[in-house]
Amino acid sequence: MEFRTYSSPHLSGTNHVGRLMRGVMLAALPGLILAWWFFGWGVLVNLVLAVSTCIGAEAAMLRMRRRPVRVTLGDGSAALTGLLLALALPPFAPWWIPVLGALFAIVIAKQLYGGLGYNPFNPAMVGYVVLLISFPREMTLWAPPQELADARLSLVQTLAWSLLGTLPAGTGIDAISMATPLDTIKTQLGLGLTLTEIQAGPRFGSLGGYGWEWVNLGFLLGGGWLLYRGTIQWQIPAGFLGGLFVMALLFYAADSDTYASPLFHLFSGAAMLGAFFIATDPVSASTTPRGRLVYGIGIGILVYIIRAWGGYPDGVAFAVLLMNMAVPTIDYYTQPRVYGQGGE
Amino acid sequence: MSETSYPEIARNGLWNNNPALVQLLGLCPLLAVTTTFINGLGLGIATTLTLIISNSVVSAIRKLVRPEVRIPVFVLVIASTVTVIEISMNAWFHELYLILGIFIPLIVTNCSIIGRAEAFASKNRLRAAFTDGLAMGLGFTAVLVTLGALREIIGKGTLFAQSHLMFGELAANWSLTLIDDYRGFLLAVLPPGAFIGLGLIIAVKNLIDQRRARRPVRAAAGETAPA
Repeated sequence: MEFRTYSSPHLSGTNHVGRLMRGVMLAALPGLILAWWFFGWGVLVNLVLAVSTCIGAEAAMLRMRRRPVRVTLGDGSAALTGLLLALALPPFAPWWIPVLGALFAIVIAKQLYGGLGYNPFNPAMVGYVVLLISFPREMTLWAPPQELADARLSLVQTLAWSLLGTLPAGTGIDAISMATPLDTIKTQLGLGLTLTEIQAGPRFGSLGGYGWEWVNLGFLLGGGWLLYRGTIQWQIPAGFLGGLFVMALLFYAADSDTYASPLFHLFSGAAMLGAFFIATDPVSASTTPRGRLVYGIGIGILVYIIRAWGGYPDGVAFAVLLMNMAVPTIDYYTQPRVYGQGGE
Repeated sequence: MSETSYPEIARNGLWNNNPALVQLLGLCPLLAVTTTFINGLGLGIATTLTLIISNSVVSAIRKLVRPEVRIPVFVLVIASTVTVIEISMNAWFHELYLILGIFIPLIVTNCSIIGRAEAFASKNRLRAAFTDGLAMGLGFTAVLVTLGALREIIGKGTLFAQSHLMFGELAANWSLTLIDDYRGFLLAVLPPGAFIGLGLIIAVKNLIDQRRARRPVRAAAGETAPA
């Protein structure tokens, strides 16, 4: 093995917040591109609106708090919040949905708590949950994945819908929007159908929902890169996905007609996005190695509970916020032993 | 403690020592009920009446009650007052009574009432105790009404909806629709909206206090500067 040492000083690239955040944004690209491919221009419209609102709100709040605007804005944390929020939003949301969510995320969930590093809750998820519980109708305007859609909106048509609320003549929003696979399962189980019958429909692919599985694979790819780069540690994604998998496996084994397969759960909804990008937020997540595992497993179990028995089709946002609340306790009980202190 | 001026009592109740904004007492009904302006006003008036009556009675009997048993006596006084108010509301404002529900009898447990009985009424004369009850009640009502109005406007886009519950038929069309075709912002009506709203009101109050604390300093500095 070659191990060359050249002359000193041996400095590696410095790791700072901006580099970290830009890396995460880059890692989200595959998932983002796949989401755009399957769900249309609405994804990008949401992205532009959410990111620009986040940056604007952050700048305004920093100015009001008399903090350096340029330095803090340059770290990209606000843009990342906007990105994550936009990825969680339905593609046919009207313009004020991403704007309002972004404002809430930055102004209330982040800056009022003291800005980056002080927010106990994941800002993007606070913004998302506010929208979800306030506007249940708008937040269900999901697009059908490509090839399942009767008609697809072009960029201009998507902009017209988002900003003005007008659709091309002859189409209604009910015609172009479609329930998500998780939502479909929830409603049709309620109608007394079995999972085998439900999943025979064209909305379902080989792993998760059709289209959704690809988006999830995209985020898995990006997440793998983040792990490889060491931006995130393995404990949270592993705990999250493991918790979700084990819960799903238990119930799937007991009754496969009512409970979807573990793989379906891993590749549906926001599972991968949540596991690699949302739950791993360094500010609001647990910080000790064992704590991260507990935190991740907690989220995974909660996601399954909400999906299987809760009132909402997906539960990543609620699960993350609930576990955010538990973080101080988890950190308290999982502090690593200081070398030379305690123990045997 | 015995001699407090009336303007001072009023200032304390309404602003400086406001039960909802400074003492943070009685938050349970405050947060639960203030979904609309009228609900807030209804509970505010009921609480104010309770405060006035309990404060006056406690003050009037303060020399008869031995300190060892004062808390049970205060509780009895407050409980009887609330019972009377509850039955009266059931009789005259039945619909409002149904909306406010459990929070009317729960005024008994509102900490600010026994707090005032213990901290003020049991140590002061009848008139001072009466004024204190009135001021504290009005201060509490002001917050209830402000929070109720805020949540109603943001949450439903209306103001003074269901006024007839309190003011009878002549108020049937007082309801203002501020924003036509408003979809409603459900968060403001739900419990989180109450917490966020109250937090913002407290923040505004503290901001005003800070500004006022800074101004005299500046004025004094301005006066001395020319000399």
